[in-house]
Amino acid sequence: MGTFTGSFKGFGVTFAHMFRKVITTDYPFSPPKPAPRYHGRHILNRHPDGLEKCIGCELCAWACPADAIYVEGGDNTDEQRFSPGERYASIYQINYARCIFCGLCIEACPTRSLTMSNEYELARDSRQDLIFTKKELLAPLLPGMEQPPHPMRLGETDKDYYIGALTNPGTSKGAERAPWSESGTHDAADQPGDRPETAGTSRRGDAHDQPKETVR
Amino acid sequence: MTDVAKKTDTVTLTIDGIEVTAEKGELVIRVAERMGIAIPRFCDHPLLAPAGACRQCLVEVEGQRKPVASCTQTVADGMIVRTQLTSEVADKAQHGIMEFLLANHPLDCPTCDKGGECPLQNQAMSNGRTESRFHEHKREYEKPIHISSQVLLDRERCILCQRCTRFSEEIAGDKFIDLMDRSSGEQINVYRDDFFGGTGFGDGQVGEGEGDVAFNSYFSGNTIQICPVGALTGEQYRFRARPFDLVSTPTACEHCASGCSMRADHRRGKVLRRLAGDDAAVNEEWNCDKGRWGFRYATANDRIMNPLIRDKRTGELREASWSEALVTAAEGLKAAKAAGGVGVLTGGRLTVEDAYAYAKFARVALGTNDIDFRARPLSAEEADFLASSVAGGISDVTYDDVENAPAAVIVGLEPEEESPILFLRLRKAANKRKLQVTAVAPYLSRGFTKIGAALVVTAPGEEAKILAEDAAVAAALGAPGALLIVGERLASSPGALSAVAALAARTGARLAWVPRRAGDRGAVDAGCLPNLLPGGRPVTDAAARAELAPAWGVEPGVLPGTPGRDTDGIIAAAAAGELGGLLVGGVDPGDLADPRLAEQALDNAGFVVSLEIRGSAVTRRADVVLPVAPAQEKSGTFMDWEGRLRSFPTVLPTTAMTDGRVLEAIAALLEVTLGTGDVMTIRRELGAMPPSTASRPAAPTVTAGALPTRGATEAVLATWHHLIDSGSLLDGDDVLKGTARPSLVRIGKDLAESLGVAEGDAVTVSTDRGGVTLPAAITDLPPQVVWLPTNSPGSSVRRSLGVTSGAVVRLSAGAAGPILAEPPGSGSAALQAENRTKGANS
Ligand code: SF4
Ligand code: SF4
Ligand code: FES
Repeated sequence: MGTFTGSFKGFGVTFAHMFRKVITTDYPFSPPKPAPRYHGRHILNRHPDGLEKCIGCELCAWACPADAIYVEGGDNTDEQRFSPGERYASIYQINYARCIFCGLCIEACPTRSLTMSNEYELARDSRQDLIFTKKELLAPLLPGMEQPPHPMRLGETDKDYYIGALTNPGTSKGAERAPWSESGTHDAADQPGDRPETAGTSRRGDAHDQPKETVR
Repeated sequence: MTDVAKKTDTVTLTIDGIEVTAEKGELVIRVAERMGIAIPRFCDHPLLAPAGACRQCLVEVEGQRKPVASCTQTVADGMIVRTQLTSEVADKAQHGIMEFLLANHPLDCPTCDKGGECPLQNQAMSNGRTESRFHEHKREYEKPIHISSQVLLDRERCILCQRCTRFSEEIAGDKFIDLMDRSSGEQINVYRDDFFGGTGFGDGQVGEGEGDVAFNSYFSGNTIQICPVGALTGEQYRFRARPFDLVSTPTACEHCASGCSMRADHRRGKVLRRLAGDDAAVNEEWNCDKGRWGFRYATANDRIMNPLIRDKRTGELREASWSEALVTAAEGLKAAKAAGGVGVLTGGRLTVEDAYAYAKFARVALGTNDIDFRARPLSAEEADFLASSVAGGISDVTYDDVENAPAAVIVGLEPEEESPILFLRLRKAANKRKLQVTAVAPYLSRGFTKIGAALVVTAPGEEAKILAEDAAVAAALGAPGALLIVGERLASSPGALSAVAALAARTGARLAWVPRRAGDRGAVDAGCLPNLLPGGRPVTDAAARAELAPAWGVEPGVLPGTPGRDTDGIIAAAAAGELGGLLVGGVDPGDLADPRLAEQALDNAGFVVSLEIRGSAVTRRADVVLPVAPAQEKSGTFMDWEGRLRSFPTVLPTTAMTDGRVLEAIAALLEVTLGTGDVMTIRRELGAMPPSTASRPAAPTVTAGALPTRGATEAVLATWHHLIDSGSLLDGDDVLKGTARPSLVRIGKDLAESLGVAEGDAVTVSTDRGGVTLPAAITDLPPQVVWLPTNSPGSSVRRSLGVTSGAVVRLSAGAAGPILAEPPGSGSAALQAENRTKGANS
């Protein structure tokens, strides 16, 4: 007895839900939009002329509690200029296998170079591809921007870039979603050959690479 | 220390309510430090004279109207001091000073190399206000200016503490940077050419001693290390890393026999910088620029990573597996041993452990005494001298003895160029103590001038005579505690080392032998000499051999009892085809007395095994090349000129093997157990060895040669190495090489007149082998003596001239003529070989 009515009751729940509002998301066909301040993939922003805002200071790496960021500074020269001023990041990597999206790095960044987008589609099928380099992280060039290296276009010195920079904070428009992740299926490995070196690829001297140690 | 012993009177004072007893004359800041009270400071440095320049160390002293600088205030009896910990006044004063210091300090910490290890950053946090009341424009200067090719000065960041200028003046004696201008325009700067109209350093032609030049000092790196802000930075480390990226390892310097302790900082498998370590007994807190910046050779592109063997078919070197290479090496050495024997050349760059492995390998596995570490001009007299007066810890003069000596006579050594830390200690002793230096040298070099040396003018070759006869020298050495400091260069002056030993015995002076390379003294004690076994045991002494045999696990009869061939003998025998093979570890033929003959020897030797870090003139000619670890990738011990052991751990653990381990593997294939596979085993073996009871051989008694006769345009050659030269350990460090002293040929007035040349004109020095043309520097030299840097750009004396110190050379004005006589008997093959190496080495 009880069994018979019981199963009707059960089906009743099922039928009732068929007429309720759907709460699952239709991913990946219409990906949901996170909150505006959602901590997603990082962006390395540019100055309005295309020069990089990052000065390679490593403050983000210092702030990172997960040791996900690797930066190596380099010298800007008059012939090879990537950012205003003396210093730029010759290597910049964020390892998304480590990043916990806490956002401490973007708070530490003194030039507002590093910000976070809303992008969360960061699954990759190899650890190597989870290490994003400047190539993936740099904001795309907007109209009027020029691919560095090039001389400073906004003035004679780096001051012309920094004074008033806060009223012209972002050139990250368009970088919210990386162009190659639009469909949600591509990843960096789809462009073989033009991927810059990351921590794992063999460089000279890495033949005897050791686990990275840090002194804090 | 005599210093402490003399000042027995003490005073009692109170700091922060704690009573403390201090030496009279001690500084308040030091006393506080001893008590664990940290007073913030910038200009204060324990090894520099007090300056009171930054005012950060203000404390309140009862009875004084204003806060006083604790780094200049000496203690007094009954003094009551209150630091920032207990006194509002002191704390407020310190906060105020910090605000002043920051008024003009730029906020470019994110781009500054000092960020993260900056005393200004740290003390601004601990003893500074959170907000500044200065809102005016900060002082601006051109961002960093190069004050030498290696050192950059950012005047905006400078807080005018004057540590750099005080170091340069007090310690190094190279006053090339100074305070300039007045008031808010006051700045540190060099005497730049635009102010003084000199040639400047941009063209690389730096004169000596003029005031219009760049920061021309071998010790400039120390100013970067002690600058408490990022005003002085180094080109090589610029923007490379942050302190938290770096793993620091204490290490020892592999360059010279001064024995500096150092710190190597590495990041991800690469050494990025080296700093002077702190060792009061040796280098205090300083080192030289060569040790600080000369380390890129280990990551040069020609580093050998895999064994190479000469392919039988093609005759070219090809990569091989370790097992194949080791078997080939062992079989080849076995055959060579049967066919005339194997000579072992080890160079002076080995650790004590590796040198010991070679010494043992030669005796036990190869059954020969044909082993020599001396990769330079040498003599049999020198080997006897080393046996009688140096080996086995006989010479035990220390840096401390140098500092406290009343007099020192220096022969065959230019301390600033050849042992820079010894130079700093000599300078300290001469300036702050009572040391009188007598230089037995051809001229008063810049280094000798800076230590106030009295010159006993000596042409190369005359040393023996001067030492035997000169009254001033003998008188100087008569004082108790006087030192006779001799360099390795005396080996090329016949009779000089005999005269040194005799003079020391006669006057009672203590003898110190200062070689140039870090591994030289260790190699003497490890037995890398044809006449010595480890521990200074003479090979000819049967009792000494019997002592060693059980330690090595061999029958006493196995160890050869006749002295072997020295480097020259090995080279000559190999060139003549008498030797079956050569085992060479880290020798550059260009350093040997006759590079051309050395290369011939390598070509003619039946079988050559080379243990090397990088490709060289030896590896190109070798049959088997076995890669070994550079100093940073292995642990070991260097023995400095004092005989002090400088052990260091591995900085970068890699798969690269030590020489000892490779030799052990070869020995195993020859069915010999060497036991040199790892450093600890060797150290245990050396430690367990019984002290030698063998009697010491007598000092050599070689009679002095006479100065050769010279024609009107001929001269005797004097030569020594510049500290920063073309040596292969400085390859890849181009910004460092930019600070090298210029290559010049020094001639006296007599020669300048007879050649008709003025200062700066080209002069050619030539022999039958070739010539060297350099600008002339007219110097106060003895008649008909010419000086050349041994191995500097444009002046590779041994390779181009084929001679060394004491030889007669021809001089002519202007560049060399088109044809220089071809040496007799040089076949075209040898010439080609010469050209090949020349090209590769330049
Ligand atoms: S992203 Fe910002 S914090 Fe990180 S290195 Fe670049 S400038 Fe410095
Ligand atoms: S450059 Fe550095 S060491 Fe020299 S005075 Fe300025 S702050 Fe002091
Ligand atoms: S530390 Fe005392 S005045 Fe600078």
